[in-house]
Amino acid sequence: MDGSIVRVENVVKTFGETVRALDDVSLEFEPGIVYGLLGPNGAGKTTLIRVLTTLLKADSGYAEVAGIDVRKDPVAVRTHIGLAGQFAAVDDYLTGRENVEMVGRLYNLSAAEAKLRADEVLRRIHLDEAADRTVRTYSGGMRRRLDLAASLVGRPSVLFLDEPTTGIDPQSRIDLWDVIRDLTAAGNTVLLTTQYLDEADQLADRIAVIDRGKLIAQGTGDELKAKMGGSVIELHVADEDRAKALDALRAVSSEAGFEASHKSIRLPAPDGSQTLLAVVRRLDERSIAVEDVALHKPTLDDVFLTLTGRGAAEAEAERESTKKPARRGRRERSAV
Amino acid sequence: MATATQASRHTRISPSHAVKDIAVITKRNLLRNIRLPQLLVFATVQPVMFLLLFNYVFGGAIGGAIPPIAQGEYINWLLPGLLIQVAAFGAGQTALGLTEDLSKGVIDRFRSLPMARSAVLAGRTLSDLIRNGFVIGLMVVMGFLMGFRYQTNLIAFMGGLAVAMVFSYALSWIMATIGLAVKNPEAAQSAVFLPVFPLVFASSVFVPTQSMPAWLQAFAENQPITVTVNALRGLMLGREALADFQPGMTVGQIADAVAAAPSVGGQVLLSLGWAVAIMIVFVPLAIRVYRKTVS
Repeated sequence: MDGSIVRVENVVKTFGETVRALDDVSLEFEPGIVYGLLGPNGAGKTTLIRVLTTLLKADSGYAEVAGIDVRKDPVAVRTHIGLAGQFAAVDDYLTGRENVEMVGRLYNLSAAEAKLRADEVLRRIHLDEAADRTVRTYSGGMRRRLDLAASLVGRPSVLFLDEPTTGIDPQSRIDLWDVIRDLTAAGNTVLLTTQYLDEADQLADRIAVIDRGKLIAQGTGDELKAKMGGSVIELHVADEDRAKALDALRAVSSEAGFEASHKSIRLPAPDGSQTLLAVVRRLDERSIAVEDVALHKPTLDDVFLTLTGRGAAEAEAERESTKKPARRGRRERSAV
Repeated sequence: MATATQASRHTRISPSHAVKDIAVITKRNLLRNIRLPQLLVFATVQPVMFLLLFNYVFGGAIGGAIPPIAQGEYINWLLPGLLIQVAAFGAGQTALGLTEDLSKGVIDRFRSLPMARSAVLAGRTLSDLIRNGFVIGLMVVMGFLMGFRYQTNLIAFMGGLAVAMVFSYALSWIMATIGLAVKNPEAAQSAVFLPVFPLVFASSVFVPTQSMPAWLQAFAENQPITVTVNALRGLMLGREALADFQPGMTVGQIADAVAAAPSVGGQVLLSLGWAVAIMIVFVPLAIRVYRKTVS
């Protein structure tokens, strides 16, 4: 196993003759971390998850999970993984508990074990109170959490979460982040895909950026941000103060400069709001009045702009023609 | 996890695990019928409505054209036919259930679990068999209330119900293949009725095939639904029900027609043969399409 829990080597998967969903992808990571796969729609994230969870066979290359070749022994791989797909695959007409118990039984737990485990994961995922209601009464966020509970019931060595927060409201998203953080604190290994840089940044110990089926960058959130310059402070001062301000700010960052098109001074903010405070304090000390100041955090768009020279929205539009038809939207009811 | 890591050999699911998986999936599917009672209501109301409509609307007109063993009661002739119609329509649910699971990502979850792959299809067809058994039972009760009486004996009558169940189970596998091939629930809705309608109507379900034009009669008399309906009528009403009966025949002519009628046992075997043949083709086909299905 040589220390890695997931290993992917030169995996290629094509659909039809033209679409290279995975184009020579290699990655590996050790147990106990959250590995984030970041990319726009159609980048190949889901295809990679499907290869690793034995739902799809790669055309070529090698992939292993928990030391087992996914192609040679898919059944053994399945005993080691949990999958929460892009859509909550839970049964509306069963209760939360019945859903989780059923999946537990399919992981070959005895009826008694499945019951015990279901109680445990439902508590862990804060659904114990709603556990005996049918899922039809659940909100979108609760369904996602239940889906996550079901994927945990077999004590997987690796948990695969495919866009766990896409399509749910911001509060549920933050709740789900907390749940995922709890899991990782408890030592679970997670591979998660996301379209959101902040999500990858919040949850993942290591991030791989994927575009057009290729991994285009790998590293920690900080490393990636460093690569694309991180956050940027943009500020406006009166024209007569400009030289003085630039002089003061160069002491903070040598890269501080004037950008003529926006009539603004820009400088990188590697420590985000800390840098911002330092900048404002310094200008205040020099009695330079700040007319306007903003801290710009890099977005997925910036990552793509930096790494590929085109924005994420563009990348997505490019894939539009080759993408598989979108699945039907789920009805999401609010909790009673 | 208990499973040992084996680099070269691949892990297999033991038969006892497969049986447990099939039971789990069957139970899940059946729970849906209980929790969403409207499913069962519609599955039941429709055939009962057919029974009432055909019996009271057509019964008077057709009554004279049916063999005398039916005692002039169209319900006696109609019920065995409608049981097969119900079995054929009910089998369509297999396609709908599968496409729904596909579109909701449930099949993906199942495929990512260390369960027997066959359990999804076996569990689906079994739960539909049980459901169809329930609907058939209800039809029989309704038929008796409307005046149906078998003319043979209880064992033969029960044998007829068993033939209906076997045939229904075989049809479920055709429907499973159709569902997995079209994938989309809305498309499946129309796709399943495409083969069912001509087979049900161009058969002896509602009227004796002798009244059809010769070319249609040739098809109707040899297709599996007619064969199965004949088997049921033979078992429930006797061999006389299979005779080539024309209104106005003398007693002697009727006796000759009965002597020339196919044997009940032959029709039963022929029906079971169809069921086996359908399963030999469609069980492996459905499994293959299931394996290939990438949603």
